[in-house]
Amino acid sequence: MKVALQNLTKVFPNRNKKIKKDVVAVNDFNFEIPDGKLIGLLGPSGCGKSTTLYMISGLEKPTRGKIFFGDDDVTELSPENRGVGMVFQNYALYPHLTVKQNILFPLQNLKGKDRLTKDEMLRRTVEAAKLVQLDELLDRKPSELSGGQQQRVAIARALVKMPRVLLLDEPLSNLDARLRLQTREEIRRIQRETGITTIFVTHDQEEAMSISDEIVVMKDGTVQQTGAPQAVYDSPVNLFVAKFLGTPPINVFDGKIEKGVLYIGTDAVFSIAHEDCEVTVGVRPEGFIPDGGSLSCLIESIEVMGRDISVVTKNPASHNPFVRSIIASDTSVPSSGHVGFSLKPYKVFVFRKDTEERIFAELMPLGK
Amino acid sequence: MVYNKRQWKAWLYLAPALILMAVFTLWPMINTIRMAFLNDYGLMSEHGGTVFKVGIANFVKVLQYKRFLSCLTTTMLLCVLTVPISTMLALLISVCLNSIKFLNRFLQTIYFLPYVTNSIAIGMVFAAMFNIVGTIVSPDLGNSSNIIVTAGIINNIIEFFGGQPIVWINAGSTYAANIAVMVIYIVWNALPFKILVLLGGLQSVNKQYYDAAKVDGTSRVRTFFRITVPLLSPMIAYVVITGFIGGFKEYSSVVGVFGPEMGPVGDSKRLNTMVGFIYDALENDNQGRASAAALILFVIIFIVTMINLYVSRKRTHY
Repeated sequence: MKVALQNLTKVFPNRNKKIKKDVVAVNDFNFEIPDGKLIGLLGPSGCGKSTTLYMISGLEKPTRGKIFFGDDDVTELSPENRGVGMVFQNYALYPHLTVKQNILFPLQNLKGKDRLTKDEMLRRTVEAAKLVQLDELLDRKPSELSGGQQQRVAIARALVKMPRVLLLDEPLSNLDARLRLQTREEIRRIQRETGITTIFVTHDQEEAMSISDEIVVMKDGTVQQTGAPQAVYDSPVNLFVAKFLGTPPINVFDGKIEKGVLYIGTDAVFSIAHEDCEVTVGVRPEGFIPDGGSLSCLIESIEVMGRDISVVTKNPASHNPFVRSIIASDTSVPSSGHVGFSLKPYKVFVFRKDTEERIFAELMPLGK
Repeated sequence: MVYNKRQWKAWLYLAPALILMAVFTLWPMINTIRMAFLNDYGLMSEHGGTVFKVGIANFVKVLQYKRFLSCLTTTMLLCVLTVPISTMLALLISVCLNSIKFLNRFLQTIYFLPYVTNSIAIGMVFAAMFNIVGTIVSPDLGNSSNIIVTAGIINNIIEFFGGQPIVWINAGSTYAANIAVMVIYIVWNALPFKILVLLGGLQSVNKQYYDAAKVDGTSRVRTFFRITVPLLSPMIAYVVITGFIGGFKEYSSVVGVFGPEMGPVGDSKRLNTMVGFIYDALENDNQGRASAAALILFVIIFIVTMINLYVSRKRTHY
């Protein structure tokens, strides 16, 4: 099921009497989610991603804009008539019901011609439980399950009524690191097997990048950038997106463009066809080559991580105290003193200092 | 050594509470048992030098008393009628209160007011509301023209809708009418505490359960019975158990409505309760019989509470 959001806006009335302005949680959200894809809504907390999800589910009413499932306008429909399955952040499993009763619950709500026979309900429940590999635990209570198992019960409950769209609100935030890795593969597998259009919300960029077909990066209620995870990572449109994606995070420097030359601090690094201006330069950690290039940094420490080494250096133009670069471990790097880096042009992004928008001008090696 | 010293200090700090509890809780309990098993025990006669035999004569006397069975019946009846009614009403009201946003605090205060009002005073108000229907003789006009007087707002309402006034609590009233008034009074008086507990429970229920139910298209009725009630079941069990315990100790409410005579004029003591029975025995310097009755009441409350706990353990699922 294709999901389209048109000019979706949510304004919460302000309860704080000191500030008279209303809170715009989601501002003019336009996006089309292709059928059968897994989409990650990504952004820092308070950016409106959960509100967007709640509007798609029907639990929140949009202030403006429309929501389409396929060709149906569902903006005015109540949640139960939209055919959405939702997994809540803390799962919201009914503690007094067993796993089986929890998964059965949505089916028992069906009325009239949609009502299934008891056998059919049970069959669908077992089927959903099998999909999430919980068919052994049907008679347990939620309190007798681990966090990951509870999560899967919640997914089974959302899937059992065969929703048109599956919504997941921070599905992994309540799990420990190891389970998180396992569960996100699980979500990916279940989504592939069922082919249900799935939208999930997360503030963890790694999580979003690793399993999404497409990601939507949000900030302060507005969409910053959408696209395939790798595409967004490789070509961020502004400084926020560049900073938000990637671990370790991107290194940010003060710089300038003067007479067609890009400077980081005072070091000239590339030639660029752009008018003179103050800029902010982002360099991905994997974009550094320690070959005695023009970007001069003072080595602070070197961390060996097996396949790679992480060189922590200092540079006066850097926004952060340290510049972190990741280099293949077979490269020789001095253990102290100064090191000159040259940069891979496709790992360097130049942003206007005032608007923080990307300057899409080709970076050429100096002197050519 | 150090350990012993600390222990000594610990006992010292516990001492004030322990002494008070020993004097005002532990000793009265032991003394009640002692008095109950001394035949025909009376405090005055004990001070007069009488020596009592150990036995169960007090219990036999209590059970033989004509009034005992009626006290027990009235107490039981009030319990069995008021606890379910007040619990269900409290549940409905708290669910409604919880779903209102506007005036929420104000209404909560209003519903809580009876809790901070003296129960005797409330009883007197209720007595006035359910007051007399009858005739009084006007002295000026001689005895030929009696004036029919209907006071009390309840009968006024009944008459307004064309019904016949009912003698609720005055001379000539029926036992059923008396019990009805008591049930209304006790339910009204018991509501605030129950609403407070249940509302507290409701407010701590995670809103996501209801969001999940909404997404799954759960009807309101089903949400109430399959989600709200089970999630509240520990609180419901609590108000039912404390309700029964309170119900068995019912006394001041009857005094409030009917006065110390515990019944309508012409049939005093008709609505006497177990606690009333105990007070009566005390008034007649019959501490032995009072203690025996108190122990019987204790055993009844104990058994009922055990049953309650057993049922609620089966019913509260998590």
